[in-house]
Amino acid sequence: MVSLFRSLAITTTAAALLGAALPAQAQNKEQYFPLQSYRVGPYAAGGTGFFGGFIDYMQLVNQRDGGVNGVKLTWSECETEYAVEKGVECYERLKKGLNGAPAAATNPLSVGIAYATLERSTQDKLPLITINHGRTDSTDGRVFPYAFPLQLNPYSEVSAIINYIGQQSSGLDKLKGKKIVVLYHGSPYGKETIPVLELLSKKYGFALQQIEVPHPGNEQQSQWLTIRREKPDWVILRGWGVMNPVALKNAQKVGFPAKHIIGNIWSNSEDDAAPAGDAAKGYISITTHPSGTQFPVLQDIRKYVVDAGKGNLADPKRFGNVYYNLGVVNGILNIEAVRVAQAKFGKRPLSGEEVRWGFENLRLDDVRLKELGATGLVQKLQLSCADHEGGGAVRFQQWDGAKWNVVSDWIQADRALLRPIIEASSQQYAKEKGIALRDCGKEATVALK
Amino acid sequence: MTHLDLAAPALSADWRRYSSARPWRAASHTPTILALLAAAFAFLWLPRLGSDYLFSAVLVPWLVLSLAGLGLNLLTGYAGQLSVGSAAFMCVGAFAAYNAQLRIPGLPLLGGFFIAGLSAAALGVLTGLPSLRIKGFYVIVSTLAAQFFVPWVFVKFGWFSNYNASGVITAPPLKIAGFVLSSPADRFLLVLGVTLAMTAAAWRIVHSTTGLRWMAVRDMDTAAEVIGIPVARAKLSAFALSAFYLGVAGALWAFAYVGTVEPHGFDLARSFQILFIVILGGLGSLAGAFVGAAFIVLFPIALSLLADHWLAGILAPGNLENAEKIVVGALIIGFLIREPAGLWRLIQKAFHRVQVWPLKA
Repeated sequence: MVSLFRSLAITTTAAALLGAALPAQAQNKEQYFPLQSYRVGPYAAGGTGFFGGFIDYMQLVNQRDGGVNGVKLTWSECETEYAVEKGVECYERLKKGLNGAPAAATNPLSVGIAYATLERSTQDKLPLITINHGRTDSTDGRVFPYAFPLQLNPYSEVSAIINYIGQQSSGLDKLKGKKIVVLYHGSPYGKETIPVLELLSKKYGFALQQIEVPHPGNEQQSQWLTIRREKPDWVILRGWGVMNPVALKNAQKVGFPAKHIIGNIWSNSEDDAAPAGDAAKGYISITTHPSGTQFPVLQDIRKYVVDAGKGNLADPKRFGNVYYNLGVVNGILNIEAVRVAQAKFGKRPLSGEEVRWGFENLRLDDVRLKELGATGLVQKLQLSCADHEGGGAVRFQQWDGAKWNVVSDWIQADRALLRPIIEASSQQYAKEKGIALRDCGKEATVALK
Repeated sequence: MTHLDLAAPALSADWRRYSSARPWRAASHTPTILALLAAAFAFLWLPRLGSDYLFSAVLVPWLVLSLAGLGLNLLTGYAGQLSVGSAAFMCVGAFAAYNAQLRIPGLPLLGGFFIAGLSAAALGVLTGLPSLRIKGFYVIVSTLAAQFFVPWVFVKFGWFSNYNASGVITAPPLKIAGFVLSSPADRFLLVLGVTLAMTAAAWRIVHSTTGLRWMAVRDMDTAAEVIGIPVARAKLSAFALSAFYLGVAGALWAFAYVGTVEPHGFDLARSFQILFIVILGGLGSLAGAFVGAAFIVLFPIALSLLADHWLAGILAPGNLENAEKIVVGALIIGFLIREPAGLWRLIQKAFHRVQVWPLKA
């Protein structure tokens, strides 16, 4: 009899506890962003800027709008120091969500960590966002359902640069007979564009020489002597970190004009140009997002977040620089994907799989960009099941010795030309891993229902 | 065996610790039994209890690095040859396993790991050749050369990564006898199985003639040579076996842990990490590799979890990380002052004290 009472008591207590726990979870309307950030180590400048901008944008959405349709945004950080295994550990630690709030997407901002969590993300059904970087062939959403190299993959990057050079030479047909040297970082990231540049050189008939700079890139004398001998019309700099200012200084030494050097997406920050001093004056680089604070969304962040003492940057002078604005852009794209997914699945915290749908159906046109206060900061973007990149446009900016000035409109990569190469690469991956291609026609009909 | 018997007096006190003639021999079975019990527990119950996080972020890297530490310990701890090329051997293992799986149809997974070990061992012998002429710190130079040469080769020649545009390799689906190892728990069991089998083999090796020869060479190679130990063979076999272990560890690192690796993931920093595992855990002790790896892998994670729990919001995230580094660094110095022979020795001493309590050890 006693034992019967006891078991009854236990059952009731358990039921009561469960009952108490359940509504609490339902009330907890939050969407969680796991942040594999890096604030110490050699790449802290990029990490603090990017994650500062990302967090400040989420703060803005919470403060100004009360979250996304009433769903508050929440996040927590885990330090990776840009190291792969720390990034993996952070991924595993954070992927489950926070206090019942489900994780929406991961944004490691590191090629190495992105590679290492690519398969995990697919298995866990959690989107992996690699804005402006990442594995080029993950653009093919049929093979990589959960990876999103948003805005600009490495192939688009060089294609847009070649298109800009064509524009400067008054027409792509004028590229014939021109000479272009590509100076690239001796790492997987640097090597990634070698085949596609060769293809472009054949197509447009310009002479191409690709020169490797061994990591980390603080010795470049012999490379620049070669460049002096070759006398190219343009030098494309695909650098990283210390390699960039060193390249600019060496260019000055051999008398190569900075205004004929075009830096890529990882050679485009204030931290790349400023240390070269005078040598950087006139240096051109691409960007997907200008620096500056004039955009309404940045003004709002200043008003609601920074002035309220909630800004994430330790150094307020970095507000609006290249890294910070990339973080804001990244925030906008993530939150918009959540918004799109909410329109389909309901105004509640969403699973990673649902947010993935949001990314694949993300569409940012001029009207929406204006509403967001991000005209000129974010490019028009349309993603789909098969296309996880979406934009493929860049603007060019020139360093005047103190700051970047935008000197071109949006310039589009030749994405139709690149697509077959991307598909060939993704299909090789699919074959190696035994992945069946997703049928995007089917996905679209599901989406319409 | 004659040369061996002659060798015995030339060995230092260290040797006696590993020989069967130790004074507290009866007691020495207890840790072994405990270790076996722990292994049985890990195999039978842990997969049901643990979470994905525990397996794929904590236990798998710990075991893989333990295996790597074990490999280096064979070379540095037992044969006395310093090396900062461990990561290069791991790198060779990872790429060899990948290429073996890719290019030999129907090759079983473990066969791939074996090829990984053999490839690394071949490089190990090559790297070890200079050690026949030069000694001590100078041997480091040749291992350092391997450390810089290997990643360069894999970056330079696309064939090794099957012409992947970014030069990275990805693990194929892991299958053993028809079972697909897809969950973190499965991968943990794979790593655990390989690690345990190879640890048992290492135990046999270091207690065999080969192991005793290594120790003789370590303690004084001139004396070893005088009494007839084939020093060249001993050194090269140590390089080969050590590299074999590191190669398998590298393959496990790529296949069961990270999934996708680039050559620069196996850089000098990784070599130093493995060297520190061995020094911290205890040179010339198999268990030391596990304890050292636990300290290097588990301790920072535990500290960071604790700090997240108690200090988040009080300290800025960047400062929190720096504070953790200070604590870990201070502890390493503290431990090494307290017991230069490593953490495992510290544990053994504590164990011995418990055994003879209340008498003083």
